[in-house]
Amino acid sequence: MVALTPISRKPISFVAPVMAAAGAFFGIFIGTANGSTLLGFLIGGALLAVIAVAIMKMDLPEKPVRWGLIVAFAVLGFSLGGIPGAVVGAAFGWFTGWFAYWLFEGRYRAKVAPYLTSGQVLWHFAFRVICGAIFIFLITPILVVMPLSFNAEDFFTFTPEMLRFDPDGYSLKHYRDFFTSDAWQQSLWNSVTIAPMATILSVGFGTLAAIGLSQPHVPFRRAIMAILISPMIVPLIISAAGMYFFYSRIGLQGTYLGVVLAHAALGIPFVIITVTATLVGFDNSLTRAAANMGADPVTTFFRVQMPLILPGVISGGLFAFITSFDEVVVVLFVGSASQKTLPWQMFIGLREQISPTILAVATILVVISVCLLTVVEMLRRRSERLRGMSPG
Amino acid sequence: MSNASEAPTPDDGLRLMESADTGPVLAADGTPLKRSLGRALRRQKLRALMLIAPLLLFVLLTFIAPIADMLFRSVENQIVSDTLPRTVVALKDWDSTSGELPSEQIYEAAYYDIFIAAERKLHTRLGSRLNYELTGASSLFRKSGRGLDDIGEVYQDQFEDLNKAWKDGETWAQVMGSDAWLSEANSWGKSSGKLAPALELRDGIAELLPKTAESYSSFANFVRVDDGDNPASEDPWSLVYAALWQDLTSGADVSAYSGPNADLLQEAASAAQDFESISFTDGFAEIDEDWVDTPIWQTIKTYSPKYTSGYFLNSVDMKKTPDGPALRDEDQRIYGLLFKRTMFMSLVITISCIMLGYPVAWILANLPARTANLLMILVLLPFWTSLLVRTSAWKVMLQQQGVINDVLVWLGLVGDGDRLVMINNQFGTIVAMTHILLPFMILPLYSVMQTIPQTYLRAAKSLGATNWTAFWRVYFPQSVPGIGAGSILVFILAIGYYITPEIVGGTTGTFISNRIAYHISSSLNWGLAAALGAILLAVVLILYWAYDKIVGIDNVKLG
Repeated sequence: MVALTPISRKPISFVAPVMAAAGAFFGIFIGTANGSTLLGFLIGGALLAVIAVAIMKMDLPEKPVRWGLIVAFAVLGFSLGGIPGAVVGAAFGWFTGWFAYWLFEGRYRAKVAPYLTSGQVLWHFAFRVICGAIFIFLITPILVVMPLSFNAEDFFTFTPEMLRFDPDGYSLKHYRDFFTSDAWQQSLWNSVTIAPMATILSVGFGTLAAIGLSQPHVPFRRAIMAILISPMIVPLIISAAGMYFFYSRIGLQGTYLGVVLAHAALGIPFVIITVTATLVGFDNSLTRAAANMGADPVTTFFRVQMPLILPGVISGGLFAFITSFDEVVVVLFVGSASQKTLPWQMFIGLREQISPTILAVATILVVISVCLLTVVEMLRRRSERLRGMSPG
Repeated sequence: MSNASEAPTPDDGLRLMESADTGPVLAADGTPLKRSLGRALRRQKLRALMLIAPLLLFVLLTFIAPIADMLFRSVENQIVSDTLPRTVVALKDWDSTSGELPSEQIYEAAYYDIFIAAERKLHTRLGSRLNYELTGASSLFRKSGRGLDDIGEVYQDQFEDLNKAWKDGETWAQVMGSDAWLSEANSWGKSSGKLAPALELRDGIAELLPKTAESYSSFANFVRVDDGDNPASEDPWSLVYAALWQDLTSGADVSAYSGPNADLLQEAASAAQDFESISFTDGFAEIDEDWVDTPIWQTIKTYSPKYTSGYFLNSVDMKKTPDGPALRDEDQRIYGLLFKRTMFMSLVITISCIMLGYPVAWILANLPARTANLLMILVLLPFWTSLLVRTSAWKVMLQQQGVINDVLVWLGLVGDGDRLVMINNQFGTIVAMTHILLPFMILPLYSVMQTIPQTYLRAAKSLGATNWTAFWRVYFPQSVPGIGAGSILVFILAIGYYITPEIVGGTTGTFISNRIAYHISSSLNWGLAAALGAILLAVVLILYWAYDKIVGIDNVKLG
């Protein structure tokens, strides 16, 4: 991004106190961890203030100083807390170097509007820090699960060996568990057989209905739409209860077909929503042109309309698939033990706290969701490009 | 150019109509245009409906019908009148508020009903149904199923002492059944694979011995259908002996009877007057003292109609009493608390989602597209990750031996001995659900904020507004639709959540949905589960309606 504002070096009276404040803040944690909060506070503040003054007074070259700081803090960290300490120290060293020059050179001003007051600049960056914290809140739980799934112990937390990066602390045993245990493999197989069938049902019916709904004159459109979307809105526990009562009346409770039908019903709103959204941009004169040239409605549908709305159909299908694949409440009630799906097995594992195999499964599922997310994003961009809309 | 004036133009029709108003405008095939258009429109509508019909049917069958069934179950109460038909009729005239015990007739009706129900093993089901309303009813009915035999056996023994022939099922069949039926039944074999022939009463026996005929018919039907045996050769229930004794002592003129075993019957009629007897009231009292107390009868009377509001009253901490609905005792009220807690926690979750989602949506909408798209992944990844994965992640993070506590202990902010309790309480539920539902807040907010031009804020500032004024008076009002859409979505989703509260909620952080699940799978009180579900559904539908008004269901966007 281009610089908005010309930048200049800042006076020592600004840089040193800010650096000292940052140092004092981090010093509190290190100090507490090592026994004395006050001492950490003072030493941290003083240390960073001295670094700032040294850099500015001696006008040291940037690159070597920053590398030097990383090494120095890594060593300091190692002496205090072993290998994890060294990693944290190196990160802190990198931050100190970057932060010092960022302040000293006035780089923080470069990308904000020149007319902002210093208070506004401060708010600008404080706001970003807040947003960063929220993003961390969003992503940390998912990131924490992954390394823990390689835990060599049956703990749900990091062991000292893991923190020391000791190879003995890591193992693939939970993955081995997952791939060799009959219960897990059976549930994986159930999930893999239920979800695609449910997806096919919801995509088949849903696409047809979405095309019907996008016609210009549909009587009772709102009412029909409300009914078709309702499986997404009605709380799962209510759907599950109703289906349990009703399906046991008609003998579908505890059968494969019952679970597939229930999951198909839950996936339908997603197909309807994504496909109707794609059809909003569909030019109806294309079908008329095709009919004009002698194509019958079926040919028109498969040769003209389908290729154009395919991205919407696929992403609707992926939504339906993930809905069924992740669904646990309805299958818990509608299914029986022989329809135990992967999420169901996870739910049991979590409630009864059997083993961290769950974390291995979770990691595998996260990888699957990353793949699905990528596909959906690519499809969305492609469809927007096709319809002449700018991406993003 | 010269051709242009001769070529047909769209308004030719209009001109034609003006020049010659001889009739309606005609379409190419000669039909009036209006009708032709109407037909085309109709055909178009029909085609659209044909495309929608399969799915609509599918959703109606697999989804709407179950919901309707659940709503039906929340008021349905046929079990009482189906199992105790005579008692329900007899109780109609009993004044349940008088404090008097029911009359002997009612006990008699109950004896017949419960005896038959016990033979068909239905009395325990009724017992557990009534147990929801009156604790102890379940064991009372179970006991009575066994104990009611004693009443009939008093008479059975005396009849059998009088004449061994009464012991024999065939004697009974000859007296009660018609000759045609008897011969048919005697030639029937179990191996035929068909049911034994249905009982046909002997002419006049129903008038002569009404109670015996009725109870023998019930017995014969039960043997025939439920056991698949031949009623003509089975020994009757002790109930039938009691009925016969009643008939004989209430002045049946058996001298008029001329069928088989007439001598037996006459002998019994003259001896029956001197039989040792037991009143039904005493018989019930012998089984359990509770039968000679009013509550159980009040409960049966209160729940005798086919449909009841009892489940709904139950789910708002009220109960039916003889004097109408009344609040439950203080210590039995749980659902009001649960509904309030569900509402409160959903509200807190919604507010936290707004607080966390607003800045994120703002920064996503205001960063350059490339950076925003990258950061968007951080929002979409949790959105696409399995709910179970995220819930297990929070379980891992929040446990006492979990990651957050470990970090806090490592930093020395918390002593090793007093680790924070962050799971199995409301805090755990709120944190985990805020995280899980946050994307549902960010996405609608983001799509609304994308449409608000940044220049408005700059314009406001250049006109002298402070940062805060510019935001509060210019930007915020325009983002309110996004907040509304996101809040309703999050609230609707939060209010019906089950999995996360179940795993991280412990006992204080659970929602009404956990209670519903408990009633379906553990306490088996399906009616109450259905009523709780119906109330929850009503709340959600109101919110759904509001969502439709504010955002429109067509405008729901995904991803």
